[in-house]
Amino acid sequence: MFEELSRKLDGVLKRLRGEGKLSQGNISETLREVRRVLLDADVNYKVAKRFIDDVQQRAIGKEVLQSITPGQLIVKIIRDELVTLLGTSNSELKFSSSPPTVILIAGLQGSGKTTFSAKLANELKKQGRHPLLVAADVYRPAAIDQLTTLGSQIDIPVYSVRESDAVSIASHSVDHARKNARDVVIIDTAGRLHVDEEMMREVEAIKYRTKPSEILFVVDAMTGQDAVNTAKAFHDRLNFDGAVLTKMDGDARGGAAISLRATVGKPIKFLSTGEKLDALEKFHPDRLASRILGMGDIVSLVEKANEQFDQEKAAKLESKIRKSQFTIEDFYEQLQEMKKMGPLSQLVGMIPGMNKLPQGAAVDDGAMVKIEAIIQSMTREERQKPQVLNGSRRKRIAMGSGTSVQEVNRMLKQFDQMQKMMKTMSKGFGGGGMRRMARGIPGF
Amino acid sequence: MGILDKLRFEKLKQGLSKTRDGLFGSVTRLVTSKNTIDDEVIEQLEETLIAADVGVEATMEIIEAIRKRIKEERYADVQELQHLLRDEIQRQFVQTSNEFTDPFNITGQKPHVIMVVGVNGVGKTTTIGKLAHHFAQRGMKVTLGAADTFRAAANEQLEVWAKRADVHLIRHAKDGDPAAVAFDAVQSATARGDDVVIIDTAGRLHTRVNLMEELKKIRRVIQKQNPDAPHETLLILDATTGQNGITQAREFGAAVGVTGLVITKLDGTAKGGIALSITRTLKIPVRFVGIGEQLDDLQPFSRKEFVDALFEETAT
Ligand SMILES: Nc1nc2c(ncn2[C@@H]2O[C@H](COP(=O)(O)OP(=O)(O)OP(=O)(O)O)[C@@H](O)[C@H]2O)c(=O)[nH]1
Ligand SMILES: Nc1nc2c(ncn2[C@@H]2O[C@H](COP(=O)(O)OP(=O)(O)OP(=O)(O)O)[C@@H](O)[C@H]2O)c(=O)[nH]1
Ligand SMILES: [Mg+2]
Ligand SMILES: [Mg+2]
Repeated sequence: MFEELSRKLDGVLKRLRGEGKLSQGNISETLREVRRVLLDADVNYKVAKRFIDDVQQRAIGKEVLQSITPGQLIVKIIRDELVTLLGTSNSELKFSSSPPTVILIAGLQGSGKTTFSAKLANELKKQGRHPLLVAADVYRPAAIDQLTTLGSQIDIPVYSVRESDAVSIASHSVDHARKNARDVVIIDTAGRLHVDEEMMREVEAIKYRTKPSEILFVVDAMTGQDAVNTAKAFHDRLNFDGAVLTKMDGDARGGAAISLRATVGKPIKFLSTGEKLDALEKFHPDRLASRILGMGDIVSLVEKANEQFDQEKAAKLESKIRKSQFTIEDFYEQLQEMKKMGPLSQLVGMIPGMNKLPQGAAVDDGAMVKIEAIIQSMTREERQKPQVLNGSRRKRIAMGSGTSVQEVNRMLKQFDQMQKMMKTMSKGFGGGGMRRMARGIPGF
Repeated sequence: MGILDKLRFEKLKQGLSKTRDGLFGSVTRLVTSKNTIDDEVIEQLEETLIAADVGVEATMEIIEAIRKRIKEERYADVQELQHLLRDEIQRQFVQTSNEFTDPFNITGQKPHVIMVVGVNGVGKTTTIGKLAHHFAQRGMKVTLGAADTFRAAANEQLEVWAKRADVHLIRHAKDGDPAAVAFDAVQSATARGDDVVIIDTAGRLHTRVNLMEELKKIRRVIQKQNPDAPHETLLILDATTGQNGITQAREFGAAVGVTGLVITKLDGTAKGGIALSITRTLKIPVRFVGIGEQLDDLQPFSRKEFVDALFEETAT
C-alpha cells in the first residue's frame, strides 16, 4: 500500500515515543532507519543524506535535552525538516500584464504533460480566464489528436498546425491568441530526454520565442533516483518556475518531490491525481510530510469530503476523529461517503491511523469490500460497542458476511488498533494537536 | 544493527568526489592494499546500485553475495575483481533462453498472442509499434489489437504505428469494450493465419482495482479463444521508475501473470536498476529494452550490456 513508508517511519517513531531520554546512540540508529525509509521512498541518496545531517544537527543539542518528551521533539524536528525541504505551498502562477500570458509545459516522455496542460486549461477556465491550448508536439504519433480530443472535452480551443515545426507553431500560437482574445496560452511540448541536445535546444527556442511568464516542469511521482539529474538538466536549460508532480493517485511515495526541491529549489505547484481532467490539486508540503510520517492527512480528507457531502457531516466526522470517539458505525459511514469520492485504496490512507494497520490488512479495495460486508452483518449495538462481540456473535457475523471468524477477528483487531492510534495521537500532542499538526503550524 | 550501518553513507560521501573518475578509476589508485580495495570498491558499488534504483534491500543482498564470493574465490588483481562484481550482478538476473537466440523468432502455435500491460505513459504503445516492426521485418504476419479504448487518441496513436510497421490493426470506437477488441483481434488474426497478435492495453495504475479487473477480463476473453493464449504477457517498465516498480510488477503479475519485462527509455540517464530487483525477487525475465522513439529502437535484453551500463558514468 502507498503508506508503506509511513508505516516504516511509525515503527521508528513509536520506539522513540515513550523513551525518557534520547541518547546519542539511539538517535543515530533511528536516523539510520529514517534514512533507509527515505531511500525506499525514492528520495535521492545524496538528498537523503543531507536531510539526515540536518535532523541530526538539530536533534543533538540543547533543544532535545530541555524537552520534556524527547520523542515528540524528534518527531517534530523530522517533520519540520521534511516540510522545509519540500518548500512552501505555492500554486500561484505569474500572469503577464500584457496578455496573453504564456505558460510553457515541459518534461520527459510520458510524464503527463499533455494531460496536465488540459487540466490546467480547465482550471484557469473555471477561474474565468480564456485559455488556448497549443499542440507543439510534432513528433509523438497522434499527439495533436490527443490534445484536440482533450480540448473538446473541456470546450477549450486547441491551436495546431500539421506539417510544421514546434518553434513556429508555438510562436504563431501567441499571435493567434492575441487576435482571438484568448488571454492564456498553454503550450504542450513533446516529451524529451534531458540528454537529447537537439530537443533541448528546441524547447529553449520555444522559450526564447514565446517569452513564457511561467514554465512548468512535469515529473512523474514514480520517478526514482534519476529525478535529480533530469530536474537539474531541465532547470539549467529552462530555469523553470515550478514543477508538477503527476500520477499522485497511485501508491508511489513521491520521494522525487523531495529530490527535486532539494536540487533546484523551485516550488511544486500542482499535483496531478488521475487521468480525468478534474484530477488536479494544489501541493501542500505539510500534508505530504505528514503523510510520509504517517500522521494521516485529516485535513485533506475533510476537504475532499466537503466537496462531496455536506459541511455539517464533515465537521462532525472531524470532531469525532479528533476526540477519538470513533465507532465502527462511524467508520462504516465514512467508508460509504468515501466510496462516492473515488477508489477506497486512495482515500483510506488519509484517515489517521489507517496506515498503522498491519501490512496487507486494508491494502486494496477488495479487502475493503470484505470489511464492509463484515460491518454490514453487525447489529447497531455491535457497531457501537464491539466489546459485546463474543464467539457466537462473531460466528454469526462471519456467516452473514461470507467471511471467516478469523477475518472478522482481524477486522476487529484492525479497528481497535486504529482507535488506539487516534487516541495516542490526540493525547501525545496535546488538545486538538492532531489537527494543528496536520496543518503544519510550527510548534504544535 | 541497522542495515544502513553497512551502507556507511559517511564514507560514501567521501567517495562522491571520486565518482567522476568512474568506479574503477579509483580502484586502480588503491591497488596497494587489498582490504582497502574491497571496502572502497564495495562502498562505491553500493552507491552505484542505490543510484541506479536497485533499492536498499536488493543492494544489501547483492553486496552480501559479492563479499562471500570475494572471500571464497579471492582475486588476483583489480581486473579480476571488476570481473567478479559484474559477473555476480549478472547472475542475479533470471536467465532467459531469449538472450542467446533470436527473441523475434517465434515458433509453435499460431497466432502467438502477446498482451502488453503497464502503468500510464511507460511506453506500451510505442514498444508494440517497435515489436510489430521487428516481427514484420522477419516476414511474419502481425495483427495489433487497440484495446486501449480509454485514452484520448490512443487508437490513432496505435494506428500510426501499425502503418509505420505495415501491419494489420483491429480497432473499435473510443470508449468501447477493450475485451471485445482483444477478442476480435485474436479472432481476425486466426482467420487470417497471422503469426503474431499484440494487444495494446490502456495504462492503469495497479492500485485501481476496477481497472485491474478489466485487465483480467481482457485476458479471460483471449483465453476463451485459445486456452494457451496469451503466450506472453509483457509488463512495460519505464527506466526512470523507482521503488514503485516492484509493486507494479507484483500487482500486474498477480492480476494477469506477467511473463516478461521490457525496460523502456534506457536512452536517458536512468539505469533501470529496479528491473534488477524485480527480476531477482519475482523471477520475471527481462525480454527487451527500449532505447528511443523510432521503429528500430528496441533490442533484446542482454545482461552483460545492462550491467556494463550500470557502471557507466552519468555526467551531471
Ligand atoms: N493515473 C494517472 N495517470 C495520468 C496522470 N497524468 C497523466 N496520466 C496518464 O499518463 C499517460 C501519459 O500522459 P500524457 O499526458 O500523454 O503524457 P505526456 O507527458 O504528454 O507524454 P508525451 O507527450 O508522450 O511525452 C496517459 O495515459 C495519461 O492518461 C495522473 O495524474 N494520474
Ligand atoms: N526516449 C524514449 N522514449 C520512449 C521510449 N519508449 C516510449 N517512449 C516515449 O514515451 C512516451 C509514452 O509512450 P507510449 O507508448 O504512449 O506509452 P504508453 O505506455 O502506451 O502510454 P499510455 O497508453 O498513455 O499509458 C511517448 O512520448 C513515447 O515516444 C524509449 O524507449 N525511449
Ligand atoms: Mg504529450
Ligand atoms: Mg498506450
